[in-house]
Amino acid sequence: MNELMRKLLALPEQRSSVAFGIDVLHYVVISISLLGAVAVAATVALLLVRFRRRPGGIPGPRPRPMSVKAEGVALGGLLAMFLVFWIIGFRQYVHLRTPPANAMDVYVVGKQWMWTFAYPDGNATTSELVVPVGRPVRLLMTSRDVIHSFFIPQFRVKQDVLPGRTTTLWFEANKPGVYDIFCAEYCGTEHSMMRGRVIVLDDGAWAEWAQNQPHGDDLAAAGERVASERGCLRCHTVDGTRFIGPTWAGVYDSVVEMTDGARVRADAAYLTESMMDPDVRIHAGFAAIMPSYRGLLDAGDVAALVQYIRSLPAHPEPKAPLPKNPVRFP
Amino acid sequence: MTEVIYSDPRQRTHALHLGMWMFLGSETLLFAGLFGLYASYRAEFPSEFAVGVAHNNALIGTANTAVLIISSFFVAWGVHSIRGSRRRPCMISLGVAVLLGLTFLVLKSIEYTEHLRAGLAPGAHFSSTMLPARGFALFYTLYFVMTGLHALHVVAGITILTWLAIRVRRGRTRRDHRTELELGGLYWHLVDIVWIFLWPLLYLTHR
Amino acid sequence: MTPESFWRDGRGIRGWLLTTDHKRVGILFFFGVTLSLVLGGVFALVLRLELLTPERTIVSASTYNQLFTHHGIVMVWMFMIPSIPAVFGNFFIPIMIGAKDVAFPKLNLASFYVYLLGAALTLTALIVGGVDTGWTFYAPYSTSTPTQVGWVVLGVFVLGVSTIMSGINFIVTIHTLRAKGITWSKLPLFVWNIYATSIIQVLATPILGLSLILVGIDHAWGLGLFEAKEGGDPVMFQHLFWFYSHPAVYIMILPGMGVITEVVCTFCHNPPLSYRLLVIASLGIAFVGFLTWGHHMFVAGMSTFDVGVFGALSMFVAIFSAIKVFTWTATLYGGRINVATPMLYFFGFSFLFVFGGMSGVAVATSSLDVHWHDTYFVVAHFHFIMVGGTLTAFLAAIHYWFPKITGRKYSEKWGLLSAVMVILGFFFTFMPQFLLGNAGMPRRYYSYPDRYQWLHVLSTAGASVLALGLIFVVIYLTAALIRGHRAGPNPWGSSAPEWRIPSPPPTHNFIAPPDPSHGPYDYNGKEHA
Repeated sequence: MNELMRKLLALPEQRSSVAFGIDVLHYVVISISLLGAVAVAATVALLLVRFRRRPGGIPGPRPRPMSVKAEGVALGGLLAMFLVFWIIGFRQYVHLRTPPANAMDVYVVGKQWMWTFAYPDGNATTSELVVPVGRPVRLLMTSRDVIHSFFIPQFRVKQDVLPGRTTTLWFEANKPGVYDIFCAEYCGTEHSMMRGRVIVLDDGAWAEWAQNQPHGDDLAAAGERVASERGCLRCHTVDGTRFIGPTWAGVYDSVVEMTDGARVRADAAYLTESMMDPDVRIHAGFAAIMPSYRGLLDAGDVAALVQYIRSLPAHPEPKAPLPKNPVRFP
Repeated sequence: MTEVIYSDPRQRTHALHLGMWMFLGSETLLFAGLFGLYASYRAEFPSEFAVGVAHNNALIGTANTAVLIISSFFVAWGVHSIRGSRRRPCMISLGVAVLLGLTFLVLKSIEYTEHLRAGLAPGAHFSSTMLPARGFALFYTLYFVMTGLHALHVVAGITILTWLAIRVRRGRTRRDHRTELELGGLYWHLVDIVWIFLWPLLYLTHR
Repeated sequence: MTPESFWRDGRGIRGWLLTTDHKRVGILFFFGVTLSLVLGGVFALVLRLELLTPERTIVSASTYNQLFTHHGIVMVWMFMIPSIPAVFGNFFIPIMIGAKDVAFPKLNLASFYVYLLGAALTLTALIVGGVDTGWTFYAPYSTSTPTQVGWVVLGVFVLGVSTIMSGINFIVTIHTLRAKGITWSKLPLFVWNIYATSIIQVLATPILGLSLILVGIDHAWGLGLFEAKEGGDPVMFQHLFWFYSHPAVYIMILPGMGVITEVVCTFCHNPPLSYRLLVIASLGIAFVGFLTWGHHMFVAGMSTFDVGVFGALSMFVAIFSAIKVFTWTATLYGGRINVATPMLYFFGFSFLFVFGGMSGVAVATSSLDVHWHDTYFVVAHFHFIMVGGTLTAFLAAIHYWFPKITGRKYSEKWGLLSAVMVILGFFFTFMPQFLLGNAGMPRRYYSYPDRYQWLHVLSTAGASVLALGLIFVVIYLTAALIRGHRAGPNPWGSSAPEWRIPSPPPTHNFIAPPDPSHGPYDYNGKEHA
């Protein structure tokens, strides 16, 4: 039944964990819509025939088909049905926007007119997103120029990709294969050529692929470079010492307390937000003086920094203490 | 033609007033969009906006507010005069209002010049090194767009008031000088009210 | 002595170009919007020809991008928004309320010239190089593309000014010029619909003006309000743009719904099932329509909470349309129906508008919209409503009021044939597009994967039939103008006020003052000559 409806409606194969559920809702909504429209048109046609004007008819009072109250009840039923669609659809939407905790991250950059992908272990690809089957994958996406949109029809997922911001999308592929990536937000002359492929590999093939990739500079090492070049280390230490900003040692995935008392897990999204919108949430005990790096760090830099921060041990070897008095040089 | 459409002059006056209020409604929505943008961006960059507001010249801003409020008073006085058919006081009041409007524009130009000299220009032309944060430049972009659009409306208002003063002076035998003045006065009052909202947002709220 | 028809009364060409007669202004607008429809249609046909093959067929990618942009801009602002209000609203509102003209006749004429100016500026943009942003002008592409954004933004801004002028004129006219005894509850529902439309026009269009100003200045000069580098937020532009553009779609459909009500009641010789519900529905659409703009932005980067709120509100606005569909259908029951061309258009409307509207409920279902957003599904949805709804209603209006405006009748046979061609042609143009969207074909795509081709070919074939049907309409109506049979004052036997004056009407509309005891839907037990 599912296959019949899917083919009839020209829907692509259901290759992600969410696709089937979304399609079932689709079948219901569209069938009701089509039936409704056909019912109205058929009723109109029937009435046009039944009550067509005949010559010599005597004008008289007209019969009424239903009371206004009955119409109200029917409309109430219709609204209730629409709201049921909305409730189910919204729950599915929330699921689509909530990546599982164990999702594998991949950084995506969209730019006119191509997609590039960076993996935490330093792999980088162009136009081809390689992922394992059966594991949730979270994409952290940004644009170098204008608004793009990342769309995988066979997974039923889509998310706009914005300049100056990181947006996320997650999916879990359910079958090895090759699937289309389309850019779905008009972005200029070659918009329709801004395509890519998702290559879903089974576990064996995935392990092999990950091994055989020419490893670029380990992303974490690249992150250390970025941190010193961009001035991060002027305020943040990596050895646990408290300084102008919070130390990075051991912060990744720890629970951080904010100035308003909220407790937040310092994951990749939190760290990214701290770089782009540092004023949104302030780590308790620190002043709100960090400048924003929006526009100054691109997605690759952010990815590298996050991996670097992640790589830092929580309790590193204590280093020599910082001098208390100013150091003078002869 | 109007004699044909309207059954009496009062109906026509009523129609003109209603039309003017509809038009003012559309002008209000125009500025409301900008206030919406300001609110969103201020929520995103509260400290940068506060610094921007504090940096604005509150003396000139407040002087401008006083200038516009007093000019509105004179416009109201002009309308009151013409209702009593006193043409000369009406013309004088309108003239003073026009002068005050021009004063507003002069003060605004002084302000703009100061800002531009300090590199506080809208958008891509921002070149101040006072605060590197993005929100600061954004504040000035919004400041220039909002006060610039308002200033265009002040120019339009001055033009309308001048034209009305000239018509009153020429003493054209139109039964509704009064309606023209009331409607033109309404426009001027709108321009004033918009400024009264701009003033605290751009000059006073720096906490 | 019977006064001259408004066609003859007046001094030659100056009598038309400087007219303050609302009927002549309506005719002037008719030429403007029809030419715009033709222009927008030509762009669409070239688009559809290009899409016959997956790669280049007849134009380059950048030309294609300009074509869909120009198609949208011309159709939305030069045809759809002015069409029914500026032509039929202008012509009939004063007559329907018992007035001799609109409240501000000179403003009315000015609104036409402002429309012409806006159209000229927009067309200038096309001539000096074109624009390729899509009719939605999303920043930062619109602020950085090297195409003629400045001219277009100026042109559309001026067109918006014309809309506001018309809106103010209609609101004031309906409030102040109703004849003695014609209360709000005695007004034809077409008047209520134009009234609701005018309120949206006056309140929403300034936001469009603002969005355009900001994009225009940014494009020319660099403002950065929507530029991430300057701290701006590109999504903010979308909020601003859709805050206008969603109510704008109700500007486009409400007048059409008013026409449908008039057509149904006249041709069925039946009053509407509930006058009050139709008024509530019109005002409800106008009000709730302002609250749903975020449903264009479910994947734009909005918060999940916002997505939920906008989705729910969108469901509510659908119910008001459902009220109207129910009421129209119920009005057929017990009627004495003359199945003439306008009723054929109503039949087409009853399927196309309902399916289009339900596809709207479908895209308001957030999880489904994630798949459909920016695909051909959405294109099909809005064309079903805009073309299947508004254009069908526009054609119904032309065929309904043709005898009144021109004093002549057209060939019913040709009317039937063309209606069938238009409705079927439309169906085969856009039904395949729902399937294209399901299959994943994004919109605004110049080239596409091979497997989508058969649906594109089907769609283009349908478009040819639609175009041919519309061409036939132009031909037989022109023929009817020249040699159609004369029509009397009330060939349809309607109770509505415009059918109690001569066909065509005299310049000042009425010979005797209108009789308020004779309502617009007074059919029970009566026949009208």
